[in-house]
Amino acid sequence: MFLSTLIFGLMLGGTYALIALGLSLQYGIARIMNLAYGEVLIAAAFIAFVLFSSYGLSPLWSLFIIVPLGYGLSFVIYRVMMRPLVRRSGGSGHLEVDSILATFGLLFVIQGIMLVAFGGNYHSYSYLAEGIDIFGTTVALNRLLSFGLSVAIGGGLYLALTHSRWGLNLRAVALAPKSAPLVGIDVNRVASIGFALGGALAVAGGVMISMYQAFSASYGVVFTMKALVVVIMGGVGNLLGALVAGLLLGLVETFVLVYVDPGLTLAATYLLFLVVLLWRPEGIFARRGK
Amino acid sequence: MIPLLIGLAAAALLALSPFFFDAYGVGVIIGLLGYATLASAWAMFSGPTRYISLATVAFFGVGAYTVAVLSEVLPWPLVLLCAALVGAALALVVGLSTLRVAGIYFVIFSFGLAELIRQLITWYEVNVTGTLGRYIFLPLEPQHVLWQLLALAVITLLLAILIDRSKLGLALKAIGDDEVVAAHAGINLARTKLTLFVLSATLITLVGAIQAPRWVYIEPAIVFNPQVSFLTVIMALLGGATRRWGPILGAVPLFLLFEWLGANFPNHFSIILGALFILIVFVLPDGVLAALEKLRKKEKAA
Repeated sequence: MFLSTLIFGLMLGGTYALIALGLSLQYGIARIMNLAYGEVLIAAAFIAFVLFSSYGLSPLWSLFIIVPLGYGLSFVIYRVMMRPLVRRSGGSGHLEVDSILATFGLLFVIQGIMLVAFGGNYHSYSYLAEGIDIFGTTVALNRLLSFGLSVAIGGGLYLALTHSRWGLNLRAVALAPKSAPLVGIDVNRVASIGFALGGALAVAGGVMISMYQAFSASYGVVFTMKALVVVIMGGVGNLLGALVAGLLLGLVETFVLVYVDPGLTLAATYLLFLVVLLWRPEGIFARRGK
Repeated sequence: MIPLLIGLAAAALLALSPFFFDAYGVGVIIGLLGYATLASAWAMFSGPTRYISLATVAFFGVGAYTVAVLSEVLPWPLVLLCAALVGAALALVVGLSTLRVAGIYFVIFSFGLAELIRQLITWYEVNVTGTLGRYIFLPLEPQHVLWQLLALAVITLLLAILIDRSKLGLALKAIGDDEVVAAHAGINLARTKLTLFVLSATLITLVGAIQAPRWVYIEPAIVFNPQVSFLTVIMALLGGATRRWGPILGAVPLFLLFEWLGANFPNHFSIILGALFILIVFVLPDGVLAALEKLRKKEKAA
């Protein structure tokens, strides 16, 4: 029982970590607190659902369509919607408020479109649902696949960010947006890339979640919430922190689900959030005393 | 002075309105008053501090639920008092844990608060009480609800004016302009923000409590509808959250528009709403009143 809960928790946490990584990139690099993040994720889940049930395309293949699409659309959203707000704010505190309000509006637009297209019911499809034995625990193949993908995508992105010239540019903008132009970095371009990358991760997470979980048009808010909690637990802009915090959230949720009550998983998420806020508002892994 | 007189006249007319309108008309006026009060109470805290609270419906729903639980045990005025106390206590807990740190934490927490409370109440009702919904049977006619809401609206406005002219209002304006400067001027940031947040949340809780008898049957999914938070924010922003009359000026046209949209385009409601919201953020970032003033200044200059 304990071991199987641990395994399930880690697998769920892998997806959460990936999702949170995307939000962290959008907030850390593009400085946009995207409240419509979960809706983007659910939209991808619906696309994967349609591709699978109408065209027989496996979610693994549809990733190759949906991820570039998510990247492209997020890029356009940043350029068309967020960029004017960034320019208007001129580096002042208005951007935070404006971006929250604008993406709050976006949340309702995307959710509304999904409600019109798919109604309010839960959707799911069966893909690789057969079990496989790991340490005496039966795990559905789709969960295992989704965990493997999360590790591959998240790990690959982490290496790219920390070990390449391209990643250095992105991190420079995240750390010092005012100084980055001094060394020849096009902040606007990098911010667009950061926002688009975040969008790509959101849709990848959406496709993975659709493989093993039912979802509905109004379910996006829950994912936005979870991603936000993970980002704050890990420390804003701290990628490794987000990874660890994502795994931790997956574990906490699964243990509450199994040992306490399925109806209290969100409450557990919140409790974790409150504890972190009261105990270490700068994130669990932040260095003390700056 | 003139806006105040107009306001008083409007309040008098509204108080007499149940004698002239049918049940549907009274219902619309109740909804209108409810949102005008919600938007004004919301702007009381979020206007000057720029902390966008997305938790309106959390307090609104808590007010309604308190009524559902206590309406058969206590007399009505005591029920309202209890609702106000519960709302204030909740606001105190939320404020104490989130207002000391950067504003973004507050926004995020408020964003999910309604969902959290909705799930907690659902869990409690299913596992402890054994039923999900509750009935509210109170001998209150629609016009009684209307009069109570009108009184609350007037109180909210008077409070806003009072705060505006007090030291607290001055402190708030300083915080909204620059937190660091305000702190150096000797303003207790956390206490000022907390006071205002609790006050605003208590008023919002009371709106939910007073409107509760209109539902007769309530359950968490009904009273914790996130659209209430959304509408409140958009109304206050349209009129101008930092202006005294802004939220009310925003609430009246938008509420009527949403009534019409809800009746004619129920399926596309969210999309239109979201698009409208984005439009307001882009075109009228400081609200209609500020835009009008700017226009007038330009005309004078020209």
